This record gives sequence, C-alpha cells and structure tokens, in this order.
Amino acid sequence: MSGSSAMASEAGPLAAAAEPATRTVEVDSHTINFGPQHPAAHGVLRLILEMKGEVVERADPHIGLLHRGTEKLMEYKTYLQAMPYMDRLDYVSPMCMEHSFVLAVERLLRIEDQIPERARVIRTMFAELTRILNHLLNVTTYALDCGAITPALWGFEQREHLLEFYEAVGGSHYHVNYFRAGGVSRDIPKGLEDRIGNWCRQFPKFLQDLEGLLTENRIFKQRTVDIGVMTAEMAMEWGFSGPCLRASGVPWDLRKAQPYEIYADLDFDIPVGRHGDCYDRYLIRIQEMKQSLRLVEQCLARLKPGPVKILDNKIVPPKRGEMKRSMEALIHHFKLYTEGYHVPDGATYTVTEAPKGEFGVYMVADGTNRPYRCKIRAPGFAHLQAMEVLSKGHMLADAVAIIGSLDIVFGEIDR
Amino acid sequence: MADTTETQAAAPTRAEALQALGEAVRMALPNGTVEAIAVERGAELVLRIRRDGLLDTMTLLRDAPHLAFEQLMDLCGTDWPEKPLRFEVVYNLLSLSLNQRIRVVVATDAATPVPSVVPIWPCATWYEREAWDMYGIVFEGQTDLRRLLTDYGFEGHPLRKDFPLTGYVEVRYDEERKQVVYEPVTLTQDFRNFDFLSPWEAMTTLPGDEKVHLNRIEGPKPPADKGTQP
Repeated sequence: MSGSSAMASEAGPLAAAAEPATRTVEVDSHTINFGPQHPAAHGVLRLILEMKGEVVERADPHIGLLHRGTEKLMEYKTYLQAMPYMDRLDYVSPMCMEHSFVLAVERLLRIEDQIPERARVIRTMFAELTRILNHLLNVTTYALDCGAITPALWGFEQREHLLEFYEAVGGSHYHVNYFRAGGVSRDIPKGLEDRIGNWCRQFPKFLQDLEGLLTENRIFKQRTVDIGVMTAEMAMEWGFSGPCLRASGVPWDLRKAQPYEIYADLDFDIPVGRHGDCYDRYLIRIQEMKQSLRLVEQCLARLKPGPVKILDNKIVPPKRGEMKRSMEALIHHFKLYTEGYHVPDGATYTVTEAPKGEFGVYMVADGTNRPYRCKIRAPGFAHLQAMEVLSKGHMLADAVAIIGSLDIVFGEIDR
Repeated sequence: MADTTETQAAAPTRAEALQALGEAVRMALPNGTVEAIAVERGAELVLRIRRDGLLDTMTLLRDAPHLAFEQLMDLCGTDWPEKPLRFEVVYNLLSLSLNQRIRVVVATDAATPVPSVVPIWPCATWYEREAWDMYGIVFEGQTDLRRLLTDYGFEGHPLRKDFPLTGYVEVRYDEERKQVVYEPVTLTQDFRNFDFLSPWEAMTTLPGDEKVHLNRIEGPKPPADKGTQP
C-alpha cells in the first residue's frame, strides 16, 4: 500500500462517503507510521504516532492486521476441533491458552472436580514451563529492543530446551494441542521427568547470567527506569493484569487469589513491583521465572503414577487397545471424532493466570457439540490500549521500550 | 469462581453468598433496574440489567465499598437472532480488593444504542469498538467508534450469526495492476457444515420409529447435572 492511500484510509469508512472524487491529502510531517513491518513492533502493530519534535503527543495503535476470526471459526468447530486455535492465539505461550479453554469446557461439562491428580499436576507443570518460555522470549527481545543482543541469543537456547519438552509430550515443537477437557491428550513419556529435573538444575545459573547482563546494566536502566509509569489506580482503570499490574504494586495473582488446578497446594511467592515503570515490569518477569522454577520442581515431586484423563468415554476417547476388542469403545471413538461431545447449556467466564495476565474465555454453550460463542479475553489487548497514556510525553525511542515491556503478542490481541 | 479443590458440601453456601450479593445490588438500585439474578452452576453471579439503568448500575458496582468492582476485565457482544432484542452486551467485572467477580448482561438490538461505560472504565473503548466492529452494537457516548479488528473499509459485522463464515470478499495481489484487489469469494469446494443434531442428518423421523424421535427431541439429561447436587 502506498503512503498516500494509507493516510487516506485512516479517516475510516464513515468519512469516505462525504469525500469528493478528487481530493488532496495533506500529509502531516509530524505523524509517524510505526509498523506494521517494524522489528520493534513485536508483530504486526501499526502505531500512528503524532510527534512534536521527538516527543510523542498521541499514539494510536491500529490492530487487527493478524485478525483471523478465531472466535467465528470456533463457532463452526466441535469443542475438540476448536482446541488447536487456542495454541495460535498467544503463540509464545501455547499451553496457557489451552488451559483456559479446557477449564471452561470442563466447568460447563461439570467434570471439573473429576480430573485425575496426575493430569492436574502435568497441566500445572506445563503451565509453569510455558510461563518461563514466555518470559524468556519477552525479557530477551525486550532487551534486544533496548540495544542488547546477547540475552536474545542465550535465551533462545533455553527456550529450545523447553520446546523439546513440548515436543516430547505433544509431538509438536510449538502448537502442541496437548491439554484436553478431562485431562491431557497422553501421558508424558518415560524419562521426561528426569530431563525436566536436569534442566531445572541448570536454569538458575542461566538466570543469574541473564540478570548479570541486564539488571544493573547502565544502558538498559537508562532506557527503562521511569519510562512508561503506570500507577496502581491507572493500571486498574485500564484493565491491567498479570506482571504489568503487579509491577504497579498490586499484589494480585489469580493462582493465589482464585486458585485453579493444584496451585492452592503449592508454595510460591508473588513478586510485586513498586514504581510501575518499564524496569519494574522487567524485574517482575525475572522474579516470576524463579517462582515458576520452584513450582515446576514441586510439580515434579508430586508426579505420581495414575490416569491422565477421566474415564468417561463420552468425553475422552478410549484406549487404542480397547478399541481393537470392544465394539462399544470403537463406537465411542467414532462418535467422538465425528460428532464430538455435547456440552450442556450454560455460560462461563473462566480465567487463568497466563504469563501475560488474566486470560479469560467467556464461553456460551447451547447443548450442541459446538460453542455458541467463545469470547477470548486477551491480556495484551488491554495492555496495548493503554499505550496511548503510557507513551504520551515520552521520546520516540521510549515508545519502543514501552511496547517491549508490555509483552505484546499479536496472536492474542487480534485473535 | 469455583476452584477445583472446592468440596461438594461448600457449594450451596457459596451460591447463597453470591445470590445475597446480587440481591444487595438489586436493593440498592431503583426498582426494576435489575431484571434477573442468576448464579450459574453455583459459582458465577449474573445480573441482567435494563439498558437505561446500566450506567447507574456500573457506577454503583465500582464505587460501593461492599461491591468495589474496580476492573472491567471483559466486554463482549453475543448474538441471538431469534430473540426480539437480538444482541447481548456482556460485562465481566472483577473486584481486586474483595476478590469477587460479577457478570452484567444488557440486551439491545441493532438500532438501539447501549450507554458507553468509558466514563467509568477508560479501558472500555477498545472493547466497545470491537463489539461495534463484530456485531454492529452502537454505544452512546463513545466518541471513538471506529472499526478495530477488521480491514480498513470493511463492510458488515462478521460475528453476527447471519454473516457467513467465508465472508463476502477475498483479497489477492494482482500482478498486472500491481496492487491488492478485492474480489467476491469463490469457493472451489462448499464449506462442510454437518447437522449433528438429527441422528441421520436430514432424515429426522424414520417411519414407525417416532418413539425414538420423541426421546431425541427431549434430549438426554446431561449426565453431569448430578455433579453439582450430590
């Protein structure tokens, strides 16, 4: 799209009707089009920045360039077929997205208290591994935006180890589609516990190195301290959640406040910031990785042999071997993979503490095998909206640091 | 929120507490503002509100010390084409200080605007823009009602139930004209949309088999219903 037509379309569809056939387009030299192809835009963010010199006067994010109509597509899929779409929302932390979805479906199916212990431990463990996966990407690319290259190179090595665990359980490196309503799709392979345990032992050393690069780094602090300050009141007004809310000094974590899975039985702390600036948001994520590591270790200790799915074959498929012998099992399998299970009438707003904040699924079921409505509440959506107040009065380069600190991923914002 | 560790015995008291909270909201508002109070599955409080009382309700929910819903976590539309007021706007609120959630629902149609809650929660802007974009719900007092997620110049409201999944136009890059062009959607294969509700797709009643059909219409009771009431 050429520059002039991009500017013209900004006025929106309402203005288009009133305009004459020929028109002059005034291009304000103080308006900067940041993105959608910009490495620091973390995806496809188009940010219209009104500048006064080098100071941002107004920031207007244009989103939707990655809009795939996930919510519409899900209305045409069975609950099982809708699962893989969840991975593709926040594609940096796939399993946490699945988590909200399966908890919502379980709640509507009223099987939430029948999930076997082992499945719950596995889900919690992978949710926490995913949190580390997410924070590693955010912290290191955020540092990259602020001029530090090394953390990204180191961080991606660690991420690769974690993605190997993904591959071990789900067969896929990234979009695993591992969680299921009623448990997880299959048990973790032999030896994975030891591999995760070994990884856990080397990770603190890595975190220490990472912190050595960034936490007291003069350049990094100059770029982030007192930049993009969000007070606690503002953060609440703007619908903040997760690390961004905690950085502003609100001790709120859904894993503690409204515990799901086995979080109520686990021992962990909630790091809380004080200033609500970009630097605090970085610090919170580093501390959260340490807490997640503690949680993973506790989950490993709690992992006892047992079933990983509920036994109701109306919801989870029967075992392969059983299908060879039992006609009923074969019918169940056929029905599940063609028609799927029916979910009784009802609506739920189910949330989990995803790495980016409160990830909610507002699901309306109408008794059929497909969701009637599945609204996805993405934390990044609310965070990006606050870009306008966060960047006002800051320099252009600070806008980049603010975007990095908010942990923006367009898969979940645009849906 | 019903957490998974909650025991069966504790469930009624939790539902009662939520019901009492709903009643407290009803009492604090002018008569008739709250149309219905429901506690879904003993865990989620849902209030249906008259549209003209929405702002009063929301201000009360945010400011009253025993309610204190500081955060608007989610706002979305839903479409029920067969109802006279086809759209619902659903607000999911969260109280950080009291650790409670509430869901507020108002009904509207395509022509009637819903009061905007931006004066109460500034973060509502994008959510209301999204609801406008996806459903065509109009918000009164919202100054920035531009489309949010769809393309520049997009027409229609894609999440409405009568909007086809495939949409109406598709885009491609035209090598000759050296630009992106919009064209009507052409499908090489029809979208497969199976009817799973009738047992043999179109053949709902087999001759002489009406009994089965009767059972089918009534539908089996969801087996998990027993889960909530021991």
